[in-house]
Amino acid sequence: MSKINQAIYEIRSLDTLANENRWVNRLHPLVKLWVTILYIGITVSFPKYNLSGLLVMAVYPVILFVVGEISFKDSVRRLWLVLPLVCVVGIFNPLFDKDTVAYFGSLAVSGGVISMITLMLKGIFTVLAGYLLIASTTIEKICYALRLLHLPKLFVTQILLIYRYLSVLLAEANRMTQAYALRAPGQKGVHFKVWGSLAGQLLLRSMDRAEELYESMCLRGYQGEFYYGSRIKLRAADMGYLSAWTAAFLVLRFFPVIDVIGRIFVG
Amino acid sequence: MHMADALVVPAVAATMYACSAAAGGYSVRRVRLENEPKKIPVMGVMGAFVFAAQMINFTIPGTGSSGHLCGGMLLSALLGPYAGFLTMIGVLLIQCLLFADGGLLALGCNIWNMAFYGCFIGALCIWKPMMKRGVSKGKIIGASILGCVITLQLGAFSVVLETWASDITELPIRTFIAAMQPIHLAIGLVEGLITAAVLCFVQEARPELLWGVAEEKKEGRFSFKHTLAVLGVLTVLIGGGLSLFASANPDGLEWSMEKVAGTAELEASGSVYEKAAGIQEATALLPDYGFKNSGSMAGTSFSGIVGALVVVFVCVGCCYLFKFFKKNRKHE
Repeated sequence: MSKINQAIYEIRSLDTLANENRWVNRLHPLVKLWVTILYIGITVSFPKYNLSGLLVMAVYPVILFVVGEISFKDSVRRLWLVLPLVCVVGIFNPLFDKDTVAYFGSLAVSGGVISMITLMLKGIFTVLAGYLLIASTTIEKICYALRLLHLPKLFVTQILLIYRYLSVLLAEANRMTQAYALRAPGQKGVHFKVWGSLAGQLLLRSMDRAEELYESMCLRGYQGEFYYGSRIKLRAADMGYLSAWTAAFLVLRFFPVIDVIGRIFVG
Repeated sequence: MHMADALVVPAVAATMYACSAAAGGYSVRRVRLENEPKKIPVMGVMGAFVFAAQMINFTIPGTGSSGHLCGGMLLSALLGPYAGFLTMIGVLLIQCLLFADGGLLALGCNIWNMAFYGCFIGALCIWKPMMKRGVSKGKIIGASILGCVITLQLGAFSVVLETWASDITELPIRTFIAAMQPIHLAIGLVEGLITAAVLCFVQEARPELLWGVAEEKKEGRFSFKHTLAVLGVLTVLIGGGLSLFASANPDGLEWSMEKVAGTAELEASGSVYEKAAGIQEATALLPDYGFKNSGSMAGTSFSGIVGALVVVFVCVGCCYLFKFFKKNRKHE
């Protein structure tokens, strides 16, 4: 599958997931956005040698994948995209930080190894949290939440427009590159002689499309102002979800929960 | 260059969010001041275009790899820095949500590293000054390459600083910089070339779409009228000004004659010579390039101007005559 086709497929599958009628999807978008940002913030705030504390943060994605009936398999591809970048930064830690900070039995573990694993775990958890948000919330609802946070209307509107036209222009770019590939068999990518004209044609078509879009918006009464649909009310379930997770994250971050549990078993 | 959430700590992320929010707020105000309702749909569609165009692989000649378009520079060259910046934020947010390209917490850093430098530095410090006096292909190529290289270097340096401030990596900062900057120099060059190719195409097809470009004059830089005026002024300057410094010594022919015959002006005797000399003296307006009976500097200068004008008129007359005969020959 080509890169563009893959992107179109991903957008559509995420859109389908977000439009499903699960309890996670029905939660208020602002609550989900807040919980996600709080989770990411707390996860990355763990010190680089606090591996045990960080491990317990896995509860959020695990619970949501299981209870929210969201497929873990689909999120793996996103991990493949992010992990190499994180690894490149973390891979040097064992080389520069050789001081022993822990022992697993008789095996001495250096600080660099611990900080590298911590960094990778942070990468995995934060990517999964982002995926859980977008798999249960549509872009329209995220934009609604952004409006509730008083982000300017102009800014939110153009995010919605980008998303609306993204699949249209991706499909157009796909048609163009496919037509080009058929005329240039065996050639990898676009030849430098047609760099300008290929992307330029797509740009001019996009500009024309924007012109048509503006005219059609004017015909529907657009005068520079956008009006949004009905309000999404905050329910008791939303408040419960928000307070439960906020409390859980704070406890996991500031109390040595894992040590207490460990002592119960080890003594 | 998208930073993942794992690479920043909350303090650095919050600081960068604050910086990006300030730039975003200012941009919103500037776009509102422009009061162009048409711009919002254009921003939306252009954002989608950048997204789609970044998916196209452009083959880099001589290598097995490919590059993609530099979004910030392209958007600034088409929409201006403020609208371009807001569009880039939208693109980065959607990239982060849909494709996990950069994290939600690191979004402030990514906006700063990619959108701020690309749009504000690229547009206001590179594109606009270069296009101030009109647009040309060379200028577009220069501005695109310079813009992409500089903004990518700044962005890569910011990534290093943000990661270093977050105390994420044990890699010494010098080694990190040495690893990041050269690779982004190469990326910047390629992205600059692709952006230049697209903008050159736009300039050929629809030059009015380019932002910050001075309106082209109908006449070229060296138009006929312009050239004539410059030549006229030069004629007056050389004829009138420099003739004051004309040498009083004999010219080459006079010098040779003086050596051979002992005098520069040969004496001719006979009635025919005397009559011819009389006619010449009577008709000469400026005998020996001076007013009659005048040896003053002003006379020398004025004669220079007049002489030059006469030469110009004669030349122009000859040209017209030449043109006239050529035209007649064609008709025949």
